[in-house]
Amino acid sequence: MTGTILFQQLINGISLGSLYGLVAIGYTMVYGILRLINFAHGDLLMFAAYTAIYLIGIFTLPWQISFPLAMVITGLMGIVLDRCAYRPLRDAPRISLLISAIGASFLLENLAIVIIGGIPKGFPRPPMFDHVITILGVRVQVLTLYTPVITIVLLLGLLYIVYRTKVGKAMRAASKDFEATRLMGINLDRVIAITFFLGSFLAAAGGIMWAMKYPQVNPFMGVFPGLKAFIAAVLGGIGNIVGAVIGGFLLGLGEIMIVAFFPEVSQYKDAFAFVILILVLLFRPTGIMGEPMIDKT
Amino acid sequence: MLKVENLQVYYGGIHALKGIHISVEKGQIVTLIGANGAGKSTTLRAIVGLVRPRSGSVKFLGNETTRLSTHQIIKQGIGIAPEGRRVFPNLTVLENLELGAYNTGGKDLEVSLDWVYTLFPRLKERHKQLAGTLSGGEQQMLALGRALMSRPDLVLLDEPSLGLAPLIVEEVFNTIQTINRQGATILLVEQNAMAALHVANYAYVLETGSVTLEGPGQQLLQDERVRKAYLGED
Ligand SMILES: Nc1ncnc2c1ncn2[C@@H]1O[C@H](COP(=O)(O)OP(=O)(O)OP(=O)(O)O)[C@@H](O)[C@H]1O
Ligand SMILES: [Mg+2]
Repeated sequence: MTGTILFQQLINGISLGSLYGLVAIGYTMVYGILRLINFAHGDLLMFAAYTAIYLIGIFTLPWQISFPLAMVITGLMGIVLDRCAYRPLRDAPRISLLISAIGASFLLENLAIVIIGGIPKGFPRPPMFDHVITILGVRVQVLTLYTPVITIVLLLGLLYIVYRTKVGKAMRAASKDFEATRLMGINLDRVIAITFFLGSFLAAAGGIMWAMKYPQVNPFMGVFPGLKAFIAAVLGGIGNIVGAVIGGFLLGLGEIMIVAFFPEVSQYKDAFAFVILILVLLFRPTGIMGEPMIDKT
Repeated sequence: MLKVENLQVYYGGIHALKGIHISVEKGQIVTLIGANGAGKSTTLRAIVGLVRPRSGSVKFLGNETTRLSTHQIIKQGIGIAPEGRRVFPNLTVLENLELGAYNTGGKDLEVSLDWVYTLFPRLKERHKQLAGTLSGGEQQMLALGRALMSRPDLVLLDEPSLGLAPLIVEEVFNTIQTINRQGATILLVEQNAMAALHVANYAYVLETGSVTLEGPGQQLLQDERVRKAYLGED
């Protein structure tokens, strides 16, 4: 393999990995607070992509407005999800929450089929992302370069909120102790809603970039990226935001490199993530950056 | 200031509080003593809405709070150091204190912080340390300090002396009296009946979910039954 091809694959891997990372943040944040794997999280990618399509197609808004607006709407959808599927079960056993999450995921997918139909829709990728530039002899679509940059910017913004603001402090407190958080006079349901908003907002950014990368939007488009992102979150250490992004990068790079080095196994590319999941769960269940898992009351 | 009337609390089939009456007047230190499992912590939990009573009422500053949610009750002017300290181990000492003042902003925060640091200079020294790495006694100070950060009218303390060295226990009781003199009303749950009765204006003895005895602290200190059951005399 030549250096150029390796470089090419490196860029592709980082780009794919940053998408996984962006979506993984939402899994990890919700897990951090509710100890819940929010299985409906992946479907928010699909929700965001369709929302963007309609904002551009029906309301004829320019993408500069449609995309951020779709992210906000998806963030609000995350709050609705929490309000309807999880909040009524705050005091219920964890397993009920999990079942509710799976149900919410099926509901979103099937609602999309009923309302929109199962035929894939093209995604109106803005022309500015189509440009191809040449770096070090490698031709790269600019979208591929923007993706990790956008991810890092969003990550830094999120870290600022979590570690430098009052509500972030409340989120970190809530991740350890619900009751004590409420005893500080903090509206816990509001803190949880904000957590869902932020995670869903980032998932929407991932969903929109995913739809630009693979411009075929269908009701199940969120399932695979969602699963991969979940694995990335586990790999990074579930509950840890930076870990989620690192896990995403590693998983994306790993997938691309496997295909590059062993083209003969390329049809098993998707299995790679699941092998990683099994290995992590067997040998290092806390992931790269996670703390030992402690059940909370 | 605080009026608890006929409070009934069940945990599933367990009848934890069987119709409790408690009243706390402004400026007082009131203590709640009793054996393990008597229902002391449950009483505090019901006051702040962490458990829902089956019947009865809680009034704070004349307002019914029985049906309010915990954060709404706290906002009316209550600070609490709950059973088991419950500091946030993943946050620094300073961040823990700031959370205690979640609903007070800007300038008031600095004033409260100064006040708490004066009461507990150790917390100032350690303000950057993660609360989870503090010693047990330091965590207790943090829990106390955090409860004071909102400048509450009423402070609820659940066994603040638990697990502390005798010298520190004395310090804690001195602090309780200090903050009381500075205007805070205090409802104190204690195992250390002797110390609690000494500082209390009024005391309630709780046995298996009912108040069996009440009166001024000094009076209960002389009481035959109290001396036998809680002060370890025969
Ligand atoms: N979450 C719960 N579920 C079931 N029973 C409970 C629960 N919390 C408390 N109880 C029971 O209610 C009764 C009162 O408990 P509570 O914690 O109020 O006692 P306490 O007076 O604070 O005791 P201690 O001095 O040991 O702290 C006990 O019998 C206890 O077992
Ligand atoms: Mg107790």
